[in-house]
Amino acid sequence: MTDPKQLLSWRHVRWLLLSLALVAAPHATHMPWWTIGLVVMLIAWRAYVGYARLVLPSRWLLLLIAFIATVGVFLAYRTIFGRDAGVTLLVIMLGLKLLETRTLRDAMLLSFLGYFLVITNFLYSQAIGTGLYMLACTVAITATMVNLNYADAEPPFRVQLRTACVLLAQSVPLMLVLFLLFPRVSGPLWGLPRDAFSGVSGLSDTMTPGSITSLVLSDAVAFRVRFESEMPRAKDLYWRGPLMWDFDGRTWSAQSFVYTAPRIAAQGDLVKYEVTLEPHNRRWMFALDLPAVAPPQSIVSTDYQLYSIRPVNNRLRYDMASFLNARFGAVESRFALNRALRIPSRSNPRAQELGRALRQKHADDEGIIGEMLGMFRRNFVYTLEPPPLGEHPVDEFLFSTRSGFCEHYASAFAVVMRAAGIPTRIVTGYQGGEVNALGHYLIVRQADAHAWTEVWLDGRGWVRVDPTFAVAPVRVDTGISAAVPRTDPLPLMVRTPLAILRQVRLTWDYMANVWNQWVLGYTPERQRSLLANAGLDNATWEKLTAMLFILAGIVVAMFTVLALRQLKTRVRDPVKVAYLKFCDKLRRQGLPRDPAEGPVDYARRVERQRPELAPAVEPITRLYVALRYGAESSAAALVELQRRVRHFAA
Amino acid sequence: MYAALRNRFFTWLFRWRGPESGVIVLGQRRVFILPTRQGLVFALILLVMLAGSINYSLGLGFVLTFLLGAASVNAMIYTFRNLANLRITGGRTRPVFAGDTAFFALHIENRSDTDRYAIGLTHDRRQASFVDVMARSGTSATAGVHAPRRGILRPGRLILFTRFPLGFYYAWAYVDLDLQCIVYPRPAATGLPMPPAAPSAGAGAERGQGQEDFSGMRPYHRGDSPRHVAWKVAARDQGLHTKQFTGRAETELWLDWALLPSQMGAEERLSLLARWVLDAHAAGLTYGLRLPNTTLEMAAGEAQRDRCLEALALHNTDRRFDDAPRPGSSRQRS
Repeated sequence: MTDPKQLLSWRHVRWLLLSLALVAAPHATHMPWWTIGLVVMLIAWRAYVGYARLVLPSRWLLLLIAFIATVGVFLAYRTIFGRDAGVTLLVIMLGLKLLETRTLRDAMLLSFLGYFLVITNFLYSQAIGTGLYMLACTVAITATMVNLNYADAEPPFRVQLRTACVLLAQSVPLMLVLFLLFPRVSGPLWGLPRDAFSGVSGLSDTMTPGSITSLVLSDAVAFRVRFESEMPRAKDLYWRGPLMWDFDGRTWSAQSFVYTAPRIAAQGDLVKYEVTLEPHNRRWMFALDLPAVAPPQSIVSTDYQLYSIRPVNNRLRYDMASFLNARFGAVESRFALNRALRIPSRSNPRAQELGRALRQKHADDEGIIGEMLGMFRRNFVYTLEPPPLGEHPVDEFLFSTRSGFCEHYASAFAVVMRAAGIPTRIVTGYQGGEVNALGHYLIVRQADAHAWTEVWLDGRGWVRVDPTFAVAPVRVDTGISAAVPRTDPLPLMVRTPLAILRQVRLTWDYMANVWNQWVLGYTPERQRSLLANAGLDNATWEKLTAMLFILAGIVVAMFTVLALRQLKTRVRDPVKVAYLKFCDKLRRQGLPRDPAEGPVDYARRVERQRPELAPAVEPITRLYVALRYGAESSAAALVELQRRVRHFAA
Repeated sequence: MYAALRNRFFTWLFRWRGPESGVIVLGQRRVFILPTRQGLVFALILLVMLAGSINYSLGLGFVLTFLLGAASVNAMIYTFRNLANLRITGGRTRPVFAGDTAFFALHIENRSDTDRYAIGLTHDRRQASFVDVMARSGTSATAGVHAPRRGILRPGRLILFTRFPLGFYYAWAYVDLDLQCIVYPRPAATGLPMPPAAPSAGAGAERGQGQEDFSGMRPYHRGDSPRHVAWKVAARDQGLHTKQFTGRAETELWLDWALLPSQMGAEERLSLLARWVLDAHAAGLTYGLRLPNTTLEMAAGEAQRDRCLEALALHNTDRRFDDAPRPGSSRQRS
């Protein structure tokens, strides 16, 4: 920069506007429409002022706009803090700042804010695509800074872009050292705004007809699982989530039911695996039916739900072990069993009537369950687009519409069972998953969301019954895409007929998984385990810092040596190279050439002091003088000079 | 006291060593570097970004923060490298009149394989000129220095600096080459008329300022012949002017210090003589210059003009223009 107070010219403004617009653009997807219009107008205004060399608007006008915009943002969000309101305000203020940017110093500050704006984009998405786009934005801002710091004339575009790219590329090694070794601490350092994690999808703590159906339309990843041993069969992949105990006639809910420490008396085949859970802003974690351990920072409740201590706001990775086909809860409290029998007396009268009739028909619970499932199997349709249900949804589903999705079947089954006197609860979670052979792991998507039931049988405890399995066994065996009619809408990612598209999708998910595991999910725990693998056990932050400084020092020193090596003046003239080699041979014989000594004088002195060398020195000097100062420039003479120097032995 | 201590400290710190002649190579010990205010602000912003990344557990936030942190460390080496190992030689400097700005040219040679961009040259840290020096080539940069008085002007330490590429660092080197510029006395705006030219020996009685050929105009002085007043000019309300004519004959015009009124100060006399030299040259006259210690013989043309102005510039100064570099100041480095 010539002088920080120097006024901006159009070439500076052009770059500044372009790079800031690039960075701010993704925010347009979640800003109110009028703020987008305002920012576009501000940018266009600054571009016009810069291009036509007009005067910038007065500070009072800008303050007025800032005030009105702040009020507008407050009215839109009911706050000016929080993620969305804060980012919207930041983008507007950046646009206003553009209009009072006169000097190079202001422009530098704006570029810094541009970098800051890059980071705010990561609050919304940290996918690979976002990362690549933001990398391009970072290059653009850096190129803008090169432009600002270039002297008076317009720098060649090539120079500007190359300097930015090379500078950033050469910073990657040091960045990697910092990334891997900078002592990580778990956030947050201060309170997060309430809307920091809104917009994540996942299971809810209530279940009404249609709630899971809406989830199934999303192909977002819920979690990924890597099994240590062989993967269980598809029909055993029941990922247990929130349990629903209470029913109000229409909606099932999962009131917090964590009363005592778990009595893990369950047993069965143990399977070990690692889950990487996408953030969903709720406390529950997912495990195969039935969790055998509680990972750190989590608890298992009496009904074997796995809870995190805090809402899962970041991608969470945990090691898990489960018993397959477990037997558990044979001894259950009266309180729990009563709760699992309760139904509002006036709701769904026909379903309750059916339950009571079944109880009279069968002596044992298994008979009741078998008849109910048989009913489903014979007359019911499994579909993603069930007809809407009215005041008594279970009655209407059972006796008139007879088509529904897993939550309809689970809900109806539970109501009838409870009416028949069998304690029943609803389990929501996920079922199945897609195997990615590329990385040998299982992808469980929101589309795999599922609801089933557990009934309590005397002497056996809680037993899993999946009514959906009775209607559509393929749902459990093969997955959702095979189970629902072809006309039902399903996300593209779930129903893909083309093998090649499927392969592309799995490859992409594999890359996303690696990205998640190593870039986004590089937590304090992962850092510790990585260093342990590298032979540095229980690394304290002091050790880490020391290592960080040493390695960073080495990297910087290497870069410095490489960068400054280019400064060495290199002799390119082969004639001179040959002659310098000749001089070097003489120097080692104690006959160094004086810097002020010409080649002929030098040769004369050498011949005087060492007459025996004269026959060799004389032709070399003659050739050199002829090649360097004479008109002669034949290749043969050069070869002759080089040959003689090579054979010269002082 | 403070200033003296500061000066001694800086002399030691920056290895100031007085004017040098020949080539100055900006070796690594001659280039200094400090972060700029912008650089410090950026460090602050990086800290905020780091805190944000920790708070929101933004994996990519860490990547960006560390990438920019690494880039700002590397930028230091870039900025340093942009200046290091340049070879500086002094160039020619055109004489100026007192009160004007002298432009000292430096030739900057870049023998390395790296292009150097936005190299600034300044004398007073306020105004700078910028050049790019491509790999294996050279270019000239000029520093403007105000020349207040006649005599020899030495610019002293010039500063070569750069902030390229990001402006986070300011790298600079002091270049104290043995440069000098002759500063002519400022020509008097108006003054006494030129002395009459005497007929040269053996050339008859014709006057240097004859009446045959019109040579120019000068403001009217009392006593000028009314026949030579430019009445057409006066009619345009531009004041009285006297038309001057040159005789074809050889004349001898002596611009003589001793002829000037005794109440005039030395600088005033030099100033007036400078005016006369310029006027005489403009009129194409042959003239000589007599100063108390110097006499320049009759001649005409640009060389005579420059010789005379130089003599006026150096009058009663203790140095001549081309004197040898002072002892101890000719440390040539390579």
